[in-house]
Amino acid sequence: MSETVISEASAPASRAIVAGQGISFAAGGRHLVREASLTLAPGKTTILIGPNGAGKSTLLKLLTGELKPSAGSILVDGEALASIPGWRLACQRVVMAQHARLVFPFSVYEVARLGVDGVGRALSRQRREALIGECLAAAGVLELASRRYQTLSGGEQQRVQFARVLCQMEAGRSVCERQVLFLDEPIASLDLCHQLALLDMARSIAGRGVAVLVVLHDLNLAVTYADHLVVMDQGRIIAQGAPAKTLNDALLRQVFKVDLSLSRAPAPGLPFLLPQQHRLNPAA
Amino acid sequence: MALITVVGLTLACLALTIVAIGQGAIAIPPGRVAEILMARLSGDDALLQGRDVLVVLNIRLPRVLIGLLIGAALAVSGALMQGLFRNPLADPGLVGVSAGAGLAAAATIVLGDRLLSGMTMKLPFAVLPFGAFCGGLISTLALYIIATRDGRTSVATMLLAGVALGALAGALTGLLAYLSDDRQLRDLTFWSLGSLGGASWTKLSAVAPIVLPLLLAMPLLARGLNGLMLGEAEAYHLGIPVQRVKAMAIILVALAVGASVATAGMIGFVGIVVPHLVRLAIGPDHRLLLPLSALGGAMLLVGADIAARLIVAPAELPIGIVTAAIGAPFFLWLLLRRSSALDV
Repeated sequence: MSETVISEASAPASRAIVAGQGISFAAGGRHLVREASLTLAPGKTTILIGPNGAGKSTLLKLLTGELKPSAGSILVDGEALASIPGWRLACQRVVMAQHARLVFPFSVYEVARLGVDGVGRALSRQRREALIGECLAAAGVLELASRRYQTLSGGEQQRVQFARVLCQMEAGRSVCERQVLFLDEPIASLDLCHQLALLDMARSIAGRGVAVLVVLHDLNLAVTYADHLVVMDQGRIIAQGAPAKTLNDALLRQVFKVDLSLSRAPAPGLPFLLPQQHRLNPAA
Repeated sequence: MALITVVGLTLACLALTIVAIGQGAIAIPPGRVAEILMARLSGDDALLQGRDVLVVLNIRLPRVLIGLLIGAALAVSGALMQGLFRNPLADPGLVGVSAGAGLAAAATIVLGDRLLSGMTMKLPFAVLPFGAFCGGLISTLALYIIATRDGRTSVATMLLAGVALGALAGALTGLLAYLSDDRQLRDLTFWSLGSLGGASWTKLSAVAPIVLPLLLAMPLLARGLNGLMLGEAEAYHLGIPVQRVKAMAIILVALAVGASVATAGMIGFVGIVVPHLVRLAIGPDHRLLLPLSALGGAMLLVGADIAARLIVAPAELPIGIVTAAIGAPFFLWLLLRRSSALDV
């Protein structure tokens, strides 16, 4: 037991693509993130959960470099995040933000192309065009390619943004192999079928050696897809680890303010919970 | 498609230039204009004889060139501001240039005479454009400082502060108009309506070095502006140096529009009409939008100048009246269309 702890502590620390240590962020006198530490390892899907206002999006913005922490350090491949030039970072770190609005009538194809325009400058024109086609197809929006982005539904727009993110990742891979993908509530506007498809794809991306961080609200999907589960509340990371060991009834009560008990599906041994219990058990 | 549009517009712009040079009190046929220009370019001085040569080379050519340059600058500035503010109704005036330049010009016209009244010398012609240019630049700088915190410029703050600064400058300009005598009031009115009259090679050589950097920087800014369409955070994630793009666009626009306003007075609506027409034709990709706006703006202003010279010939209408007469109805049509369309 002690041996595994040592090897786990030393190996991933050097191998991690993103390593955050004691990250804090305060704005307007409020501490949005306090002393958060986590590492994103290649090939692992990390899922970040927590109630509204827990600081999930802020932590994500700190890890992507969009915000600068007021304390703590963030290393990307051993290098301080703030010191990496933007264009190089864009090849390594890919982000899908919560919602993206467009003001002018770009076509779906043009939106996806934004992902390769800068990062894929070294690629040939044919390679870039082929890549955009592949990514639109992978996100299931190839048939929308000539549509105007604004005329799409919210879910379709989200899938187009995912296609753009895939474009940037594929183009960036020719420059940097060790990549990290951030997805902030990527399935918020999707139907169940597309939710599962997108998360499947996120996991297969991780399978290629990419470190993936996803912010999710659905606890069942979180425990299904996470290699590593991170729970945030009031700006702090209050638990992290393997999903089955991290989530428990006490945590649910404390963090999510719901008096539900976890159940375990027999086959994969993953915990799940049924919100129906809320109605069945009026005392709770 | 895009290539055809670029080549077509360039040819149309050349043709319009030659026609524009021929128009005026002394009409010169386009063939003769082309002949004179070719002779000048090839250094064939034998052909450069006669009164029309003098008119073309010394009066009309600098006027049309200034028109092309300012038209292009105003239209490109409009396209840049719309991209930067992510607002289809933004125009170059938003960065505070017009308000500051207008106030400085009014101050020069009204107070200049009084301050210099003890002296016998007349106000030199360069004081007004120089004052307007400085005023535009100072107000842009003030807005930029107000809107920048921790090295990040908030375009939303800049927009709101611009409205406040514009109102203040407008009030002060009004006060100056109240204090002015009849002659000054007339000068003020004419300046605020814009004109390409009084163009010369000297003026062209003063305005060109300030406006050209904006036109040369178009390819540098186009990709950044495309990324900014997704939002500032997304543009940053795509590796675009957002703050540099913003600062560069604002400074180049302030310089170019400041120089334009100083040379030709206030010329409205070119910056709104042209980029929207181009977007309707070829879409919002800035890599094409910016150069095509430059061509379109150049053509619109030179065309408006022809109209300004012909409508009340041999007198001249202020060019701002012509551009606003085209621009305002178009703007209204745009607003009506916007409210019914699906997109923002």
